[in-house]
Amino acid sequence: MASAPAEIAIPPAAARATAEPALVRRVLIGVALVFLGLFLLLPLATVFAQALERGVATYFAALTEPVAWAAIKLTLLTAAIVVPLNTVFGVAAAWAIAKFEFRGKSLLITLIDLPFAVSPVIAGLIYVLLFGMRGWFGPWLGAHDIQIIFAVPGIVLATLFVTCPLVARELIPLMQAQGREDEEAAVVLGARGWQTFWRVTLPNIKWGLLYGVILCNARAMGEFGAVSVVSGHIRGLTNTLTLHVEVLYNEYNFAGAFAVASLLALLSLVTLAARSLVEWKTQRVSAVERVTDEH
Amino acid sequence: MSIEVRNVTKTFGPFAALRDVSLEVQTGELVALLGPSGSGKTTLLRIIAGLEVPNRGSVFFHGEDATDRRVQERRVGFVFQHYALFRHMTVFENVAFGLRVMRRSVRPAGAEIRQRVHRLLELVQLEWLAERYPTQLSGGQRQRVALARALAVEPKVLLLDEPFGALDAQVRQELRRWLRRLHNEIHVTGVLVTHDQEEALEVADRVVVMNAGRIEQMGTPEDVFHHPANEFVLNFLGHVNVFHGRAEGSKAIFGTLAVDFPDAPPTGSLELRGFVRPHDLELDRTPSADALLEGTIVRIHAAAPQVKIEVLSTAGESIHVESSQERYRAQGWSVGQRVYVRPREIRVFGNGQPARPATPRRTDVVGMSSET
Repeated sequence: MASAPAEIAIPPAAARATAEPALVRRVLIGVALVFLGLFLLLPLATVFAQALERGVATYFAALTEPVAWAAIKLTLLTAAIVVPLNTVFGVAAAWAIAKFEFRGKSLLITLIDLPFAVSPVIAGLIYVLLFGMRGWFGPWLGAHDIQIIFAVPGIVLATLFVTCPLVARELIPLMQAQGREDEEAAVVLGARGWQTFWRVTLPNIKWGLLYGVILCNARAMGEFGAVSVVSGHIRGLTNTLTLHVEVLYNEYNFAGAFAVASLLALLSLVTLAARSLVEWKTQRVSAVERVTDEH
Repeated sequence: MSIEVRNVTKTFGPFAALRDVSLEVQTGELVALLGPSGSGKTTLLRIIAGLEVPNRGSVFFHGEDATDRRVQERRVGFVFQHYALFRHMTVFENVAFGLRVMRRSVRPAGAEIRQRVHRLLELVQLEWLAERYPTQLSGGQRQRVALARALAVEPKVLLLDEPFGALDAQVRQELRRWLRRLHNEIHVTGVLVTHDQEEALEVADRVVVMNAGRIEQMGTPEDVFHHPANEFVLNFLGHVNVFHGRAEGSKAIFGTLAVDFPDAPPTGSLELRGFVRPHDLELDRTPSADALLEGTIVRIHAAAPQVKIEVLSTAGESIHVESSQERYRAQGWSVGQRVYVRPREIRVFGNGQPARPATPRRTDVVGMSSET
């Protein structure tokens, strides 16, 4: 996908001057391919092979049984809550960081990165300690008959925590590079805050935002550690897809485990494709800008 | 609409961008803020636009205090150095932006917006590019779109921040003249920020020379060019040769040249600096009483309207002389020749201490000139 602009930018002579001998090139490519095949393609193929081992009928049966179906719905529900929330948070945080100067800005940037630095299991534990029966808010929550831990709210919270940096991290460098001039131009022309956001800021960041949303979604659906701590593994109620795979696997139901796993693998493939598409699109946009800027 | 800036001070952390600056711009006037980078000229422009809030002082539009007025309500047109065109909109939509974001009650109808945008694109001679995107335009075209966009809301004040700074020399020349013509046509009050003295002198009705957050001099282009108020202005408005000398009695002594100097100090000698523009220097083959020093021609650059000659003095200073093509040919100079340098006019400044161009102060301007 990067080859299209690269071919325009580098004249053939220059490309030859910096190229390695053919043998080196082939060995390097060979090593990369073998590595990819062993550690990525082979496992991926195994997932699908194992899933379909007992035939297509078993495969679909494993996916449509009520417990699996509940896990699919729970995963989709979690993503449907987490992704929009993190999108709003990411845009707001990135906007504040990139376009304004304020005290504690570097602290905010560090805090946004915190979920990356903390192990997901710890993230889950934090919520158990806060909202669990013996946690800080546990008695109060119990008295008011609100359950967070071992229930859907806990799963959503844990996923929210783990995925919160993804959109913001994607947007901050982009918005910092774009600067404030476009917004200033809009404001001078009479645009009010929301008009500036919808008509100028958002269109400028849309590809970066989409990229961040895709990553956030993939992580939200694939999260295991943090969710595992807060879920309680109640079949049909608090098992997400990843947890369901674990349960099936532990029960030696390999065909079922791999069938559900293949769903997650499929999701990653779709994510990858979408990501590549967005990357290709952004690179094309910036390549056009670069070429025309040189005029 | 007239603009008045009264006693404005603006600091960014420890850095003082503007120190107690006051400025008036008359209705319909085009004023250039001229100064080196860091002189505060862009900050001043942004304060007028409302993009920056001053720490102290106020801004008046047409006699009304506009200091606390929001950017959106100031009705100024602002042209950015790097155009700041909306890259996801066509040229047409860029120009229409200011009209489309108006409140519904005052927003013109679709047909009228179309008509107005086309009229503006006609004005900047870019009608044929209406459906293009900014990335498909050249730098000069982009800046003209930016100007049309700024004019779309019919601003009472047009503010231009180094509008031609990012363009190459030839396009800059062209746009400069075009801007001057445009200003004569639409007669909006304009403030232009530039670090290019040629641009300021050519385009503006009045030039404001700024340095280190202060205004050094205000005046018509002829005024500031021919009667610079101090060393900084003199230095900034084009190349100038500096000669070091002393005051003795009622004379100022520069090398072998003595000129009348009535403001000599009562006792002792005062260090002086004499400034001569390259075109005010003459070269002679023979010594004379008016000659300042002796030297050798080390370089001649004749491929320009004015011939530039570099002379190395016997003391090792490099002196720049400019002469007309006719005079140069008549005198027949060549590299290596010994010459005597004679000033037609010399401006003398002295303040008893070494010159500090970064912070020039208007103390002790004892300037005078000596015609030969």
